[in-house]
Amino acid sequence: MKQEYIITAYSENHIGLLNRITIVFTRRKVNIESLTVSESAHKGISKFTIVVIVTEEQVKKIVQQIDKQVEVLKAFYHTNDEMIYQEIALYKVATDDLTESDKIETLIRKHNARILEITKEYTVIEKTGHKEDTQEFFNDLNQFRVMQFIRSGRIAITKSPIERLSEFLKERDEILSETD
Amino acid sequence: MKQRINGSEAIIRSIIEEGIDTIFGYPGGAIMPVYDALYDHGEKLKHILTRHEQGAIHAAQGYARVSGKTSVCFATSGPGATNLLTGITDAMLDSTPVVCITGQVASPLLGTDAFQESDILGMSTPVTKWNYQITDVNEIPEVMAKAFYIASSGRPGPVLIDLAKDVQFAMLDFEYKKCNSIRSYMPYLPIDEKQVEAAAEAINKAKKPFLLFGQGVLFSQAEEELKQLVEKADIPAAWTLLGVSALPTNHPLNVGMLGMHGNYGPNIKTNECDLLIAVGMRFDDRVTGKVAAYAPQAKVIHIEVDPAEINKIIPAHYPVLGDAKKVLSKLIPLVNENKHTDWIQEFKDAYETEFEKVIKNDIYRNNGKISMGEVVRVASEKTNGDAICVTDVGQQQMFAARYFQFKHTRSMVTSGGLGTMGFGLPAAVGAQFGRPDRTVVTFIGDGGFQMTMQELGTIAQENIPVKIIILNNNFLGMVRQWQDLFFEKRYSFTNISGPDFVKLAEAFGIPAQRVISNSELEGAISEMVNHNGPYLLEVMVEKEDNVFPMVPAGASVSDILLEKPTT
Repeated sequence: MKQEYIITAYSENHIGLLNRITIVFTRRKVNIESLTVSESAHKGISKFTIVVIVTEEQVKKIVQQIDKQVEVLKAFYHTNDEMIYQEIALYKVATDDLTESDKIETLIRKHNARILEITKEYTVIEKTGHKEDTQEFFNDLNQFRVMQFIRSGRIAITKSPIERLSEFLKERDEILSETD
Repeated sequence: MKQRINGSEAIIRSIIEEGIDTIFGYPGGAIMPVYDALYDHGEKLKHILTRHEQGAIHAAQGYARVSGKTSVCFATSGPGATNLLTGITDAMLDSTPVVCITGQVASPLLGTDAFQESDILGMSTPVTKWNYQITDVNEIPEVMAKAFYIASSGRPGPVLIDLAKDVQFAMLDFEYKKCNSIRSYMPYLPIDEKQVEAAAEAINKAKKPFLLFGQGVLFSQAEEELKQLVEKADIPAAWTLLGVSALPTNHPLNVGMLGMHGNYGPNIKTNECDLLIAVGMRFDDRVTGKVAAYAPQAKVIHIEVDPAEINKIIPAHYPVLGDAKKVLSKLIPLVNENKHTDWIQEFKDAYETEFEKVIKNDIYRNNGKISMGEVVRVASEKTNGDAICVTDVGQQQMFAARYFQFKHTRSMVTSGGLGTMGFGLPAAVGAQFGRPDRTVVTFIGDGGFQMTMQELGTIAQENIPVKIIILNNNFLGMVRQWQDLFFEKRYSFTNISGPDFVKLAEAFGIPAQRVISNSELEGAISEMVNHNGPYLLEVMVEKEDNVFPMVPAGASVSDILLEKPTT
């Protein structure tokens, strides 16, 4: 059965690696629903967070193939309920619409969003949450015409208390020192 | 001590530091400084000028496959680099350690569509184990060391290093240190003793164990351990196309080849064994046939160095991650001495059936005509099983794999995963440089030969003593076979003519002979083998022979055909 999985991968920060990783998906004709790459807590190590809709068998094989890349330190996969995750969305509305009534303000309160910037012409509102939440806010807000809308890729953190990368790096250093 | 030299000199010195003595390549604008540096190192580095970059990489593959060493190939930017891609892909699928050095336009021109610029990094990414573009001269020693380490360790594979032209002129303080670890890359994971114990227990309990070995045995030099294991536990063993020669052909427990044109016993017994022991192989679809019907009754032990291969195609009940030699060394003491006489007899019986129905007529043709199988048998006999066998792709490849007798390891060079026609002739060039002490015999169809026949020029120029056998049926034989079996004999564009191959060879100064009737075959092959230098033999074989047995595409290994179905 296909479902949403979150793949996280830690890698060296090298040019061309993103291409190597996306090829793993394109070769298997798997669409990437969302992709976020940023430096992790460890300097020089990037963290990929990739959301896909596949079967568990597929996600296992994809993770094996990502893990196989020379510059990837480690890749994992999780279901949504195994992780805390968020996306961030920005909405631009006309400031006139905001001031005309308290409807937009009510929506902002209801959805726990916040205003980032107000100019004479437009107001930028920010909301973080799951895709359904940011989408619902968009649908509500769009009665007043959203001038621009953008949503980020997903970021996610495990529910486990251990930072797996630190553990992993420690283990690897031990193995490497044994083989030297 | 550091030495002040330019980037090109640094590339050449890095290669020498890695113990490389032969390079296959083709010069061009963007790699000229490297060729200039090479000019001063003739004593340590031999360079073989092929007639096409595809020839250079296939030669490098041939060299690596027979020698067990990493090989090196040079090409220029743009078309030089793109001409390598087929060979790089071939090396990726067959896990061959080749380091390709390509020239690239000067770094300020990158991304400007400059003359002979191609995005070789982007193009080679899906087909290399690792690739890197050097735009800072100081990176050369470290990147070169990484390239050789990555290409040869764990599951080997091709690496491409793209070298901007300005870097080749720039100066650096050169000091070389070999690479032996990379934080993000673990070519050999520590072996889990529990996995080995579980596998041993499964072997000890099995009534009908069956071992499959692949090229991983060659990579880890585990030939002796493989032999010890199968002898101690008395296990019949079959090989993949690339695992051939890891166990001598005449070893009593060597039951033959797996897969589509493999032997009858190994295919049908796959679905009768109770334990499959896969060592250094990846369950290619040409081995498994229909996956859902592949050994559903058996437990599977999978001994493999590449974690991504575990459970990729066939789920393993007992995965054992690690280098084959190390795993087998740990496994052998835990395995009980055993006898499986009746089970092994079943393989012998299956061989008898296959011999009567297929093999006899393949290797002893009594109608005066010549079969490809017979040519292979005679060539194998005349070289006493000591030769290295190189093949192209197609029917001759399958006949060579089936009927050539191997005494020594690393004695077969063939394009397995990619099935690259045109591979044979350049690969033979490389194989001969990799093992100058051995006779190299290459079987090529008339179709494949015409894809890379320009390498006769390389053979002539370097006087490379390869023995070239063209099996000529004026057909693209394997495609014609499929048209015969599955497309109602509609021979769509498989008729192929060719030049007079004997005259062609002679035009290159290579002695040659044509064999038309069976009675001339033995004498001609003897003459070829005894000739000191390159030799080409064109053998006119029967036009419409088919390779059997055959597991039709998508069928189960138990549905292997011994002959053409009558309906």
